[in-house]
Amino acid sequence: MPLAIECRQLVKRYDGKPPVEAVRGLDLQVEQGECFGLLGPNGAGKTTTMEILEGLLDATSGEVKVLGYHWGQHDHDIRERIGISLQETKLDEKLTIKETLTLFRSFYRTGITPDEAIRRVSLEEKTNARIGKLSGGQMQRLAIACAIVGDPQLLFLDEPSTGLDPQSRRQLWEVIKNFRATGRTVLLTTHYMDEAERLCDRVAVVDHGQIIALGTPQELIARLGGEHLIDFSLSDDSPALQGDELLQLPSARSVRRTDATYNLAVETPHLALPALLNFLESTNRSLAHLTTRHATLEDVFVSLTGRNLDEATDV
Amino acid sequence: MFDRQHSPLWQLVISRVRLFLREPAALFWVYGFPILMMAALGTAFRDNPQETITVDLVGIPVESPVHQALAKDQRFKVVESAIADSTKRLQYGKTDLIVQADPQSADRPQFWEEPRRTESRLARYAVEAAIGRQQQSDTAIYEVQHLSTAGSRYIDFLLPGMLGMGLMGGGMWGVGFLVVDLRVRRLLKRFLATPMRQRDFLMSIMISRMVFSIIDILVLIAFGYFAFGVRSQGSTWQLLIVVLLGAVSFSGIGLLIASRARTLETVSGLMNLIILPMWVLSGVFFSSERFPEAMQPVINLLPLTALNQMLRGIMLEGATITSCWKQATLLTVYAVVTFTVALRIFRWK
Repeated sequence: MPLAIECRQLVKRYDGKPPVEAVRGLDLQVEQGECFGLLGPNGAGKTTTMEILEGLLDATSGEVKVLGYHWGQHDHDIRERIGISLQETKLDEKLTIKETLTLFRSFYRTGITPDEAIRRVSLEEKTNARIGKLSGGQMQRLAIACAIVGDPQLLFLDEPSTGLDPQSRRQLWEVIKNFRATGRTVLLTTHYMDEAERLCDRVAVVDHGQIIALGTPQELIARLGGEHLIDFSLSDDSPALQGDELLQLPSARSVRRTDATYNLAVETPHLALPALLNFLESTNRSLAHLTTRHATLEDVFVSLTGRNLDEATDV
Repeated sequence: MFDRQHSPLWQLVISRVRLFLREPAALFWVYGFPILMMAALGTAFRDNPQETITVDLVGIPVESPVHQALAKDQRFKVVESAIADSTKRLQYGKTDLIVQADPQSADRPQFWEEPRRTESRLARYAVEAAIGRQQQSDTAIYEVQHLSTAGSRYIDFLLPGMLGMGLMGGGMWGVGFLVVDLRVRRLLKRFLATPMRQRDFLMSIMISRMVFSIIDILVLIAFGYFAFGVRSQGSTWQLLIVVLLGAVSFSGIGLLIASRARTLETVSGLMNLIILPMWVLSGVFFSSERFPEAMQPVINLLPLTALNQMLRGIMLEGATITSCWKQATLLTVYAVVTFTVALRIFRWK
């Protein structure tokens, strides 16, 4: 069975003064049946990469194979087998959901019925509603329905849950999980770490047009050195801490500081925590705040780039 | 059997038709506006066979021969007035001519006319003749026959022009604006990501355009017939073919304009740049022959001029497509060239 996606040394350069390299030599292999996440801040090159894989943009250089086919040679075959949801597509507001899906279904040789697509995204009650009347979450689910009505082997989702409320996001995740359960492949981009952790088997962290880390969400978190994080801040009159001092603590693996908060990654919290408290007391420092939590992909991103995901919008 | 559910072309066309019918404002602009315009122009410029000539008399005594000559002629409406008022009335077109007594010679009054208004000059000739007949009663009075063929009124001239204008606007806006709107909304890109054939997409736009244009034309023709009694002298089938040829040519131009434009502003600007000169030059509201001889070769190369000439030829003179072969060829060339270039440079991605 061919790989769902295989690309090597993918480069996309936009001409201009100065020329912008959105993708700089990206390698990617996605197995069939897996849910793969491209993770990174806005402007990291995720959407550009997606659009090249979807056949909507031409790469400047590099090799791309989708489901074993090359773009430029078997475009029609690929398009029969993939489904996509773009960012910010504005469907015709005056058409109903059923009419829109019937239209999209007619483009594919094989596929599921429009009613079945509506059922899979749980929009049965809105079957004959006009698109202009739908909420943001319903619109996103309709976009996915349009993507799966051709019964694709591979589904591309670009930022599927951006701008949705928590309940709509969970509904959307259900839809994606159900699609995966049928053994199909999903490639999604997101800049939400929790989304990637919930949905993805493997994740590639993209920054400045390159993959800077690749693995299962657990592997990436483990690469921090510790799966647990102790976040704390000191009272105003306490002297500041040096990172080295904290790394002396038992099982401490890494330390970062954002504003007044220290994030200490540790392997075994029951050893590290008493030691930390002792150390602070012996050096006449007092705590203003302390929590412990599991590390997230957000921490991975920050430790890899030194930037928070939300603020890392520079290209 | 034809499977409508799974025919992309059918689905694309039916979607366009649905969208069109569900946009009441667009329906008004496409169908209501030309009718209102035609109703207004047809009423304002209706030909009035019993037209009266208003003549202001200044200082002419009632018993004078001039006054009597004008008063007994049914065509004149005589108004006695002071010179200050009358010059204003002449200026604003409320009267056609002023006849003022000349203190030096009692039976030879002075005339005031507005030389730029045809009505004013005609009024002077009529008054001169009436006074002449009064003075020399042996002047012959000619019998006049009225030409009453249909097709000689302004509304008969206007209707084919409105059809041409409708075909131009519908074709260019209907195709050009639509395509750019789909591009801006990224729907073009979304369609491209499916196995939809580009040919089906473009065909669907053309087919729906033909349908809308034919309805547009039928509505205008029906309105012209029922409101003003306008009839076509030529063959209905030939008229239909010319209508379709016009719709195709202007759709091609619309598609060409839209083939690379990225924003609605760009496409609107380009559209207006092309449409507005043709509204004026191509003989929609008045004959394009009114422009100087030197401009005629250029005017005759405009697609709307060719279309209007063919529509008028068929509707007013009973001409055929073969007798208008030059215009037919020109429109065909426009259609073929614009489509070919548009498809070559079309920006799908």
